[in-house]
Amino acid sequence: MEQTYAIEMLNITKRFPGIIANDNISLQLKKGEIHALLGENGAGKSTLMSVLFGLYQPEEGTIKKDGKEVKINNPNDANDLGIGMVHQHFKLVECFSVLDNIILGVEPNKAGFLQKSEARKKVMELSDRYNLQIDPDALIEDITVGMQQRTEILKMLYRDNEILIFDEPTAVLTPQEIKELMQIMRNLAAEGKSILFISHKLAEIMEVADRCSVLRKGKYVGTVETANTTMEELSALMVGRNVSFHVDKKESTPGKEILSIENMTVASKLHKNNAVRNVSLKVRAGEIVCIAGIDGNGQTEFVHGLTGLEPLAGGKITLCGEDITKATIRQRSLKGMSHIPEDRHKHGLVLDYTLEDNLVLQRYFEPEFTDKAGFLKRKNIREYAEKLIGEFDVRSGQGPSTIVRSMSGGNQQKAIIARELDKDPELLVAVQPTRGLDVGAIEFIHKQLIAQRDAGKAVLLVSLELDEVMDVPDRILVMYEGEIVGEFDPKKTTQEELGLYMSGAKRM
Amino acid sequence: MLLLVQYTILFACILSLVALGGCFSEHSGVINLGLEGIMVMGAMGGALTMKYLPSDTSALLIVVFTIAVSMAIGMVYSLLLGVAAIHFKADQTLIGTAMNILGASLATVIVKSINTLSNPDDHSSAVQYIEEKKAFIVNIGDFEFSWFMAIAVVALVASYIVLYKTKLGLRLMACGEHPQAADSVGINVYKMRWIGVLISGALGGLGGICYITTGVSEWKFEYGVAGFGFLALAVMIFGKWKPQNIALAAILFGFFRALSNVYFGFDFLVNLNIPSGVYNMLPYVISLIVLAFTSKKSRAPKAEGIPYDKGAR
Repeated sequence: MEQTYAIEMLNITKRFPGIIANDNISLQLKKGEIHALLGENGAGKSTLMSVLFGLYQPEEGTIKKDGKEVKINNPNDANDLGIGMVHQHFKLVECFSVLDNIILGVEPNKAGFLQKSEARKKVMELSDRYNLQIDPDALIEDITVGMQQRTEILKMLYRDNEILIFDEPTAVLTPQEIKELMQIMRNLAAEGKSILFISHKLAEIMEVADRCSVLRKGKYVGTVETANTTMEELSALMVGRNVSFHVDKKESTPGKEILSIENMTVASKLHKNNAVRNVSLKVRAGEIVCIAGIDGNGQTEFVHGLTGLEPLAGGKITLCGEDITKATIRQRSLKGMSHIPEDRHKHGLVLDYTLEDNLVLQRYFEPEFTDKAGFLKRKNIREYAEKLIGEFDVRSGQGPSTIVRSMSGGNQQKAIIARELDKDPELLVAVQPTRGLDVGAIEFIHKQLIAQRDAGKAVLLVSLELDEVMDVPDRILVMYEGEIVGEFDPKKTTQEELGLYMSGAKRM
Repeated sequence: MLLLVQYTILFACILSLVALGGCFSEHSGVINLGLEGIMVMGAMGGALTMKYLPSDTSALLIVVFTIAVSMAIGMVYSLLLGVAAIHFKADQTLIGTAMNILGASLATVIVKSINTLSNPDDHSSAVQYIEEKKAFIVNIGDFEFSWFMAIAVVALVASYIVLYKTKLGLRLMACGEHPQAADSVGINVYKMRWIGVLISGALGGLGGICYITTGVSEWKFEYGVAGFGFLALAVMIFGKWKPQNIALAAILFGFFRALSNVYFGFDFLVNLNIPSGVYNMLPYVISLIVLAFTSKKSRAPKAEGIPYDKGAR
């Protein structure tokens, strides 16, 4: 018997200027299943979902609902067909209440006047039935990310949607909230809803999904039952080759001291106490030192103090034997400090500049790129950008002249890494360099860090990811409430031991 | 004293009407700096209507026609803002400024050419409406009640209801706060912004005719509306884009504006020997001071001023 699918997308092709985002992709969603859509950043997952949701029109291909061909021209059509979506960046009006956000667009009304009590009753029923806790009168700007997401889910349920799309829903959640979300998704599927779960986190897909379709560089790779596969197999499908979850590296051979920090103290912008207190550490050539800790324990302020984004309240920084405590950011950069910032949009890139301009952001004033009269040498900049793009495999729609805002997160990060590493720094400060990236990009970045180390550079890594903390560095320093509370050899410690220090339960 | 109350109410009504206009436009996501120009155009439409209505027209009809024409002209003029800001995604501050410059000049040119046409020696930009103006006024004892007072109160209440109790208001404000969210639930952002801009045009035009019939019986259009559109914007900001607060803010600013008209009625003020220019400046100076201290805290619609582009993610 032929299986009827809740939704089928057949041979979908969607092109953007310079790039084929979806190349002949097919996706079949069974009724009542949780179907994962897996792919790296820029593989075309979000585009495919936007096509299904009516935000984009595909150039080729058909969409079928319950076996019948349908046309989806806008989100209204999608809604009429019972398709709802929780967007990666929530589509919620911040100064509206939860209830107003849920009913927006399908407001129950009499002659245009809102009938909120009716809506409230239905919302609270749904909230109870699916165990989605919300406060209907709270403003979105006042509630947690988790509750915002539950609001988005209720938005779909309120519209009686049968097909629910979750676009990378776990990226913004805490581990506890992720667990709850998984349970919610299972409940929804048990009630007969069909769920499309977009993600690049393999462990989550293995845990919650029934089947998984894989996209790679805009093409459809295949669909597998998660019960019959492994994480390794999935990641190989996604990246197109085997990815090692473990980082291979040689024994380190530390050389001379590159960075020395003595009693660094940095004031906090959030409270009256100092965010960083009396931190002293050294990083030698040829080693990777990692600062581990739970988010918000002074790491950000420490990095800002080190890189010159904020002044020190006290202490001394020495780079290659020179005192740089009061040096400007450019002086630090010229003396051999590279910085891969925590917030790549705020401190890493000028988003509305082109890729090539971003790549010379710290060097544009050098004679190679600026002539004596002060004009930019556009040709040299273009050539230099093309060289870096090739070396670091930065993918974008229009090459050097792509506006950086339009690039995927992974490729933006690659652009920053290309810029920072090509300066040939003595010290590389990498802050959460793999945040929000997929396994392929993470592997690439880890390899780059180790290559720097092997080339005799000093690397200071700041990370929140315990896997990364265990795998990449040669030494681990744990930061807790602005102080270094312990130093470890990654080969001789465990995640559990680190956890005790990171949470402040123990200190050396 | 009664005169002060009367003028305070009248000026507050004008400011409320125009500020409400700005409020609808901005809640939909379009900054309307062109209110000054819209007021002038609406005022011109109303003044010419009064001039050309047959002299035997009943008072009620004069009121209805004048107001209808003022609102209609205001709306038509606001099409400029709509087309440029919504359709062509132009910079809204620039369009508003252009509309202000154009408004005063266009009205002057039109009125002058009409005047010159009927009498080749008449080069003034003034329109007289001594008799017609009386249609708007009902004397209650010594208090001159103006129909505009009733209209402004109705507009305030109606705006509150529309914004907070209806489907239209919810959708309008969603477009000014987070148009992508509105779009994702199937709301036509462009349509909502058009509605906001047109309402703003109508209310701006109404405020215009209200302004030039307050206290005078003749208006020279080369004066524009003397910055009242900007004062209304200050009222809107001080009123935090909410009708109920706008009413209060309008009374405050209206009071100072009224003071400059009637201060000579108070002996102790006259005895202070302050030049009349100071009183004339008061509302504007106060608006500078008030906004300097409060504008930091007030929260404008988040997406105002940003043209909505469906394709951008």
